[in-house]
Amino acid sequence: MIRAPLVKALGALGSPTHQMASRAVRTSAMVAQTPAKAPEKIEVFVDDIPVQVAPGTTVLQAAAQIGVEIPRFCYHERLAVAGNCRMCLVEVEKSPKPVAACAMPVMKGWRIKTNSDLTRKAREGVMEFLLMNHPLDCPICDQGGECDLQDQAMAFGSDRSRFTDINYTGKRAVEDKDIGPLVKTIMTRCIHCTRCIRFASEIAGVDDLGTTGRGNDMQIGTYVEKLFLTELSGNVIDLCPVGALTNKPYSFVARPWEIRKVSSIDVLDAVGSNIVISTRTNEVLRILPRENEDVNEEWLADKSRFACDGLKRQRLVAPMVRMPNGELQAVEWEGALIAVAKAVKAAGGQIAGISGQLADLEAQVALKDLLNRLGSEVVTTEQGFVQGGTDSRANYLLNSTIAGLEEADAVLLVGTNPRYEAPLVNTRLRKAYVHNELQIASIGPKIDLSYDHQNLGADAALVKDVCSGSHAFSKVLEGAKKPAIIIGADLLERADGAAIHATVAEYCKKLKKPNWNPFNVLQNNAGQVGALDVGYKAGAQVALKAQPKVLFLLNADAGKVTREQLPKDCFVVYIGSHGDNGASIADAVLPGAAYTEKQAIYVNTEGRPQQTLPGVSPPGMAREDWKILRALSEVVAQPLPYDNLDELRNRLEDVAPHLTRLGQLEPAGDAGAAGTISKSIGGGPIDVQLKELKDYFMTDAVSRASPTMAKCISAVNKQQRENEAKQSVAI
Amino acid sequence: MAAVTRFNLLAKPNIGGALPVSLQLHRFQSTQPTTLGTPPPQTKTKFGPLADKDRIFTNLYGRHDWRLKGALKRGDWYKTKEIVLKGPDWIVNEIKTSGLRGRGGAGFPSGMKWSFMNKPGDGRPKYLVVNADEGEPGTCKDREIMRHDPHKLVEGCLIAGRAMGAQAAYIYIRGEFYNEASNMQLAISEAYQAGLIGKNACGTGYDFDVYMHRGAGAYICGEETALIESLEGKQGKPRLKPPFPADVGVFGCPTTVTNVETVAVAPSICRRGGLWFASFGRTRNSGTKLFNISGHVNRPCTVEEEMSIPLKELIERHCGGVTGGWDNLLGVIPGGSSTPIIPKNVCDDVIMDFDGLIAAQTSLGTAAIIVMDKSTDVIKAIARLISFYKHESCGQCTPCREGIGWMNKIMTRFVKGDAHPSEIDMLWEISKQIEGHTICALGDGAAWPVQGLIRHFRPEIEKRMKLYAKLASN
Amino acid sequence: MRRLLQGCRSIHMSSVLRTGGQMDACAMRDMLKFEFSEDNQRRVKALLAWYPEAEWKGALIPLLDIAQRQQGWLSISAVQAVAEIIKVDPMKAFEAAQFYTMFFMKPRGKYVVSVCTSTPCKLRGGDEIFEACKKALNLVHGQTTPDMQFTLKEDYCMGACVNAPVLAVNDDMYEDLDEKSLADILAKLRKDKLPPAGPQNGRCACEPKGGPTTLKTPPPPPGFMMQDLPDPKTKKKCQ
Repeated sequence: MIRAPLVKALGALGSPTHQMASRAVRTSAMVAQTPAKAPEKIEVFVDDIPVQVAPGTTVLQAAAQIGVEIPRFCYHERLAVAGNCRMCLVEVEKSPKPVAACAMPVMKGWRIKTNSDLTRKAREGVMEFLLMNHPLDCPICDQGGECDLQDQAMAFGSDRSRFTDINYTGKRAVEDKDIGPLVKTIMTRCIHCTRCIRFASEIAGVDDLGTTGRGNDMQIGTYVEKLFLTELSGNVIDLCPVGALTNKPYSFVARPWEIRKVSSIDVLDAVGSNIVISTRTNEVLRILPRENEDVNEEWLADKSRFACDGLKRQRLVAPMVRMPNGELQAVEWEGALIAVAKAVKAAGGQIAGISGQLADLEAQVALKDLLNRLGSEVVTTEQGFVQGGTDSRANYLLNSTIAGLEEADAVLLVGTNPRYEAPLVNTRLRKAYVHNELQIASIGPKIDLSYDHQNLGADAALVKDVCSGSHAFSKVLEGAKKPAIIIGADLLERADGAAIHATVAEYCKKLKKPNWNPFNVLQNNAGQVGALDVGYKAGAQVALKAQPKVLFLLNADAGKVTREQLPKDCFVVYIGSHGDNGASIADAVLPGAAYTEKQAIYVNTEGRPQQTLPGVSPPGMAREDWKILRALSEVVAQPLPYDNLDELRNRLEDVAPHLTRLGQLEPAGDAGAAGTISKSIGGGPIDVQLKELKDYFMTDAVSRASPTMAKCISAVNKQQRENEAKQSVAI
Repeated sequence: MAAVTRFNLLAKPNIGGALPVSLQLHRFQSTQPTTLGTPPPQTKTKFGPLADKDRIFTNLYGRHDWRLKGALKRGDWYKTKEIVLKGPDWIVNEIKTSGLRGRGGAGFPSGMKWSFMNKPGDGRPKYLVVNADEGEPGTCKDREIMRHDPHKLVEGCLIAGRAMGAQAAYIYIRGEFYNEASNMQLAISEAYQAGLIGKNACGTGYDFDVYMHRGAGAYICGEETALIESLEGKQGKPRLKPPFPADVGVFGCPTTVTNVETVAVAPSICRRGGLWFASFGRTRNSGTKLFNISGHVNRPCTVEEEMSIPLKELIERHCGGVTGGWDNLLGVIPGGSSTPIIPKNVCDDVIMDFDGLIAAQTSLGTAAIIVMDKSTDVIKAIARLISFYKHESCGQCTPCREGIGWMNKIMTRFVKGDAHPSEIDMLWEISKQIEGHTICALGDGAAWPVQGLIRHFRPEIEKRMKLYAKLASN
Repeated sequence: MRRLLQGCRSIHMSSVLRTGGQMDACAMRDMLKFEFSEDNQRRVKALLAWYPEAEWKGALIPLLDIAQRQQGWLSISAVQAVAEIIKVDPMKAFEAAQFYTMFFMKPRGKYVVSVCTSTPCKLRGGDEIFEACKKALNLVHGQTTPDMQFTLKEDYCMGACVNAPVLAVNDDMYEDLDEKSLADILAKLRKDKLPPAGPQNGRCACEPKGGPTTLKTPPPPPGFMMQDLPDPKTKKKCQ
């Protein structure tokens, strides 16, 4: 009934200290928390049931321990305690007035009554006040059916309204705010719980939201009609307990009871956020986050949430073959497969395969198996990596793990912008920054990471300085309990990438602590780690160098392969879901399934295999990618030895057993250079690809096809133009 | 709004665990024979009038020089060094002996409050914050202290600051008091120049700074935690307690927030002795107090009087009586806008002190007496207060933000009579739904005037409704 | 020092505001670039010294006040400038500016006339004073005259209740008003003269009209009734 899960309420970051987000309060908040260190438990009684809790536990948390759920609106276990909705008032024996359960620490021997007359009356009163100025427009409200206010009004509210003043003066009406293309606001519905404000300032790190006015006129708004633009803005929709902030692209689309929900995995970045796909009549309507403490907590980045309308556009719905006139023409599956088989046979083993950003593990295994059977060993990933550096998993994983970064106390970012490459890794870093005194430095261009960090400069030689221990920040790293160095995956594509990798890996051996691996590579392609795990070589260049006569592009859409680099007579086969860069150069296009349409494994940046589940079926004649390859193997008379997913997974278990243990993480050992380092560091300044918010929205075939993402970019550009105009007009 | 925060403790001994229960029990056990730091039981039975020699605020009416020179002549800063050198324990003990209770409204024993600050420190600095955000309708006592006797306050800051080991005092003065702030600032500058505060204050070796901080128009900032928020440059929205300011106050450091009058009387208590102060007023209500008498009296004024003086005597002696004579009295709001109104029959013999007014189902608050004679439209008078509270609600928590707005709507109709008698009970219930359900006491402060009105003037409200219904049906 | 702040209010006469008719307030807000004048920069510096280095944000409200005194009202750019000085997010400064009633987020008149109509003032004719002001200035609550001379406000409690009814003109309070004294004050203001503040019926301050009932004797001298303070040095040893 109450969406916010209670399980982890304990030990959450909410201390009773009010509004502890800001930097300056950091220290004082820590001080305020320290008295709770005495480990001795105290006994309190919740509805006469004795509970042993640690000192400093709030009433609400104590009640949660025995499964008693106290209603709340403003309280959220991942946000600071505000205590302003007063819905959680409960009676405590011998206290004349009810206490706010979310904020009040229990004292020894307290008898808490969560269902007494006083408690119920207090809730009923608060509920009446909340509904007093609430428009009660549930029939036209998108939150209807999944609304905390609705649910709690049913459970705890009065059975009739006493608000007769509606006949005289009506209700409060508040103007809606335009805060961007993702979040729709109907501010009249707002109950002023301030969850969105706290999320923005604490988790997202942008102080754009705030309250203006006071008393009955208090409103939630942005700074002078500014847009609320962050890569995490969609989460305020989930946090909003009423229909004040709703999903703009999803508005008036569906009711929660009409939709089917499928638990799946997001693949638009390499974090592997857990999601729920809401579908109706074979259409993905929206994507919501699913809780996973180890990966995304309960947040979801905007691209992962809102790019789902890209799944309906630019789709490949039929196999296509390039005609002599140069145009792709739709054909039947049979014709397409025969055309490909012909080319394969003619190639005589001079075949290569490139696996792209969104390729799933099953398809990667099938492609590799097929090519091996055809006598080729050339299967590579589209994104480059250190040549020969893929022998040890630790070389390309985020070894400190996503959740582990929360505990880090010194982090060096090398050529990466986690804020846009992996927003939910960045929230962990920010969390550590706010609560754990994390010190962060970056080598690369000056970027806004949503928290204070030291930019050491962009010179590649700095990597050497730091890793030789001569830089000032080396002292910080060496003195830290849990230091971490995070290298951007894009950086390692450089010519001196191997040298940077080796230098850092060597230094990390020195920084290593028991149960803590400080060496991290932050991947940004969901398909990358899986491919490397099953033996793909890194970098499209390897495939191109082989001068293949037939080139398979498995979801390879990053545009790293162009016709010019290929032999004139090379036959390019594209297998994938969207008509994007890959399909445009292909001679045969075999329509595959997108991540919402197949059951497939993806391995995230920390090496955690997780699987997607199909929410809808692939459009038109599109099929799951591995099945296409299986069918093709039949046509080329080299049938692959698996006919269904289980058999394919068995094959996968032979290749990489750890990848079939879904959701689990295997320790990867030490990172280290393989082979000799040919070059020294010194390939010009270190750069990152995603510098600003507008770079973030379109990074793959799905998001490039998404109209919502296009709107986001134009909104960011518009705001930027306006700011510039203001600056120039200023007198 | 000086009143609201402290006020709650009074009317409801235990509100919201505003303090640990053990402490409150302690407070109510008082009347034991004099142990150290306890005021002696009072044996007098007649209280007031106060003799001029016993008045603390000798320049209340601004007829003498308020600058340092004049202040020295009136005995301010006399032997301050010796008092400061006596140390925290002595000062706190003297204040405890005097029985001084907070003058901002809640009436919490000051000595005890100050002693909370003397826990072993953890290296954080401590602050004294003086609450000069006086904005409760009816209350204007601190203004007189700050413009006519500013040195009493500056000296009080030093002594109170020493008592709690504070390194600095911030005087948070409401923004509307521009000229008062200006006087205060001059007094502070004079004190700095004379070496009375600052480094090595008064030559005691103790460093103590006094700063002014002007507010900008928000009644809620008189609530101690809202005041702290405001002092930290935020919106004046009260914080949740715990943690209490004595643990985490301004800038995250231990802080005590005290009313101007409480601080300003401290030097005189230390000079003349706690026993002297305790000789005025009934037991547990000791001392002298500034009373503001406004409204329908012949000569409204502010006057320092002995605690426990009967209301009638206070009005007759200093204000020339109620306009049209005592029998023309309708009712009195005895302690600033948030205290419930009492009708004439209660006023006849009510005693102006904490306990006397609690017995009358109201409260001393800030001792700001608003007198209403029979010409008053009492419903309108209370409605005006409610619209004040609606305007000043910070909007943070639900019952206050929504509830007071609703009460205001109902009260507006009550003024016309455009309502049904059953709504009176509903209004009562709504006020009960607000009272005690909010973060700070502003909700209580808004609920009590309505409750007072319904308790004593229900027939009046019903009469008006009948009249309106009659007119409407014609 | 606060006294000094009074002098700097001529900016709200600037031509930008005078031509306000064509521009809406919003556009104007964005256009005004704000910088503290040299005098005010000194004041800002002095003020900041009152707060611990890490807590400069405490100076937000006083700084906004200085900005408002310099500009006559508080523009967004002024809020931004203040936020930059004390290193807080502009939204936080904006929140505060919106919260406190003494900050005017749009241009206001040279004289802000606030009339108290809270209960103590109302009992002694505050409503009538407000009505008279409305009539005399031809304004309603919150309005400004077209010549930017007067802004009228209905206010709640100025903290001078025993001198009711009260009105404030900018920083000065005029107490014990009646219709006649009000007319005098407004007439003087129309002539751009600030009449002397304080009670208008002959009272000096908060004493009863016609002379005080207490404090008729001269104040006692220093040390009067001083209790015996044992030597602090010996006392100290005991501790």
